[in-house]
Amino acid sequence: MSENKSPKTLFDKIWKNHVIDNIDESNSLLYIDLHLVHEVTSPQAFEGLRLSKRNVRQPDKTFAVPDHNVPTVNRDKIEDELSKKQLKALEKNTKDFGISYFPIDDIRQGIVHIIGPEQGLTQPGMTIVCGDSHTSTHGAFGALAFGIGTSEVEHVLATQTLLQKPAKNMRINLNGKTQKGVTAKDLILGLIGKIGTAGGTGHVIEYAGSAIKNLSMEGRMTICNMSIEAGARAGLIAPDETTFNYIKGRNFAPKENWDQALKFWKSLPSDETAKYDNEEILEVNKLEPQVTWGTSPQDVSSIKGKVPNPENEKDLNKRQSIINSLEYMGLKPGTKLEDIKLDQVFIGSCTNSRIEDLREAANIVKGKSVKTKAMVVPGSGLVRQQAEEEGLDKIFKEAGFEWRESGCSMCLAMNADKLKPGERCASTSNRNFEGRQGKGGRTHLVSPIMAAAAAISGRLTDVREFI
Amino acid sequence: MEKFKKIVGIAAPFTRINVDTDLIIPAESLKTISRKGLGKDLFSYIRFNENGSQNNKFILNQPNYKNSKILVTGKNFGCGSSREHAVWALKDFGIKCLIGTEFADIFYNNCFKNGVLAIILDSKKVEKIIKIVSSSKNSELEIDLESQTVKTKQNEIINFDILPYLKRNLLEGVDDISKTLEKKKLIDEYEFDMKKKYPWLEKKNG
Repeated sequence: MSENKSPKTLFDKIWKNHVIDNIDESNSLLYIDLHLVHEVTSPQAFEGLRLSKRNVRQPDKTFAVPDHNVPTVNRDKIEDELSKKQLKALEKNTKDFGISYFPIDDIRQGIVHIIGPEQGLTQPGMTIVCGDSHTSTHGAFGALAFGIGTSEVEHVLATQTLLQKPAKNMRINLNGKTQKGVTAKDLILGLIGKIGTAGGTGHVIEYAGSAIKNLSMEGRMTICNMSIEAGARAGLIAPDETTFNYIKGRNFAPKENWDQALKFWKSLPSDETAKYDNEEILEVNKLEPQVTWGTSPQDVSSIKGKVPNPENEKDLNKRQSIINSLEYMGLKPGTKLEDIKLDQVFIGSCTNSRIEDLREAANIVKGKSVKTKAMVVPGSGLVRQQAEEEGLDKIFKEAGFEWRESGCSMCLAMNADKLKPGERCASTSNRNFEGRQGKGGRTHLVSPIMAAAAAISGRLTDVREFI
Repeated sequence: MEKFKKIVGIAAPFTRINVDTDLIIPAESLKTISRKGLGKDLFSYIRFNENGSQNNKFILNQPNYKNSKILVTGKNFGCGSSREHAVWALKDFGIKCLIGTEFADIFYNNCFKNGVLAIILDSKKVEKIIKIVSSSKNSELEIDLESQTVKTKQNEIINFDILPYLKRNLLEGVDDISKTLEKKKLIDEYEFDMKKKYPWLEKKNG
């Protein structure tokens, strides 16, 4: 068949490997290799299984961990009754259905998208789903990974498959060499600023180019993590030596089959002449550290910029959106971003709570003191342990940061870590939506080193002053 | 799943762009193990004032739109989090159909899993509908999925496209899981082949 010989993208290859049945041209039954589960989007799915007397088809391909709800202090006694109920439900569901589970007191517990890669569960060429939009994180390994709703969680639990519409292919080349102080977070924020929060709708984005090639796995995860903020179904990065070196030796990494796996993984990158439905280029040489000023991740600017004036926007819907954002954020057009004072700084979330993030942030705060309330929430118990072994916790604590236990925490304010109305926070998380960090809270998205610099100066700050 | 065939109801114009699922239902309302009862928290951060009273400026609080069954939305509605609670909240409130130029992918899927019809039209048509339903005497629309039409009070007809399988699923109220389980043999065969081809994917505790 000629079709089989035509050049394919990484996405095409993974898709083709997983199609069980093409139901019609817009709907395929896809096999799922790994299903990650957390406490917030799964209880109704397990309830559905019980009501229809169904089982989990592949408990061995299903991993559960509590992360969204968990407290980051005093974890032995959870005070919030509703959270406790949800956490208990996850524990019972995993037990009843025989699913691997990392409980809250297990060192391996952490944010679901941190622990998949950390445990070596995330591998190239896989299909990975989770009832969480930031599942796109795992795409950094060249796995097709995306968030699903609870009905789909139930479908995967019962059948280990998912009904999916094929996505379009988009390639984004990030070319050039980044300046000092510019991180993976700045690359993805800069990109979302360019293509917008619906720029990737219907597409799987493959990130390519020298700036991606030069990133560590952790940086690549930050990029793919925020693919959903560009509206994409998933993000992908071709697996290479960086990927393989990261995976090797991890708990669930291939062992006796390593060479066979490696050979397969090396066949995955897009064929040179593969066609994309859309292509974008971002030259990164001149990109400066980024910060958001509004209530959508696309409301982003260089730290050297100013709060925009809505009157300069011609599109009426967009103008209204800027007016709403500025009202919510309590900002006046023309204000220098560096003059914006802060109440809090949050370093954490599935975007930026890995060991490299903490190392870089600690490097900025070392020997200095914070001027805001500030906290660090490591992405997993193992990240926390590693950081403590390296003495990073001491650096943060001496500077005035709170050193917490792992979880989603103030990224979405489901636990007690939240902003009060009107409070302003520089955050390493992924969403600056209204109320995301607590009702009335105001979020400025930044990289971990920008967050560290902001905590020290008490305002949004160009981290390059500290390097 | 609940079927969707035809509805007649008030359509509320809510033209804000990039409405995210956190705005539709905030995280603090997700601490539930049920699909039901979320309507009371729909859009809670903008539907209610800080003291808990109704925000009268919000469209669904205005007398004519209180009982809306249809929401005409701005671009990129439902972006952000995958939480299906957003659709459960809309449905529990009484919204059965959404009309817009573009919906975020996961949200769009979630609608159809819950018998909620999300209609995509070009911006001219959406703007026209917004203009029509913004007048309280013309805010009622009839949505007929079988004929793929939106009918206004003045009997004006606007056609819409929909993928055949989504249409069929809504009309028949198909349970996806039952349908997939009918393909058990195919899934078994796939897994059998996979074990040979990709043996490292079998779980091995480190």
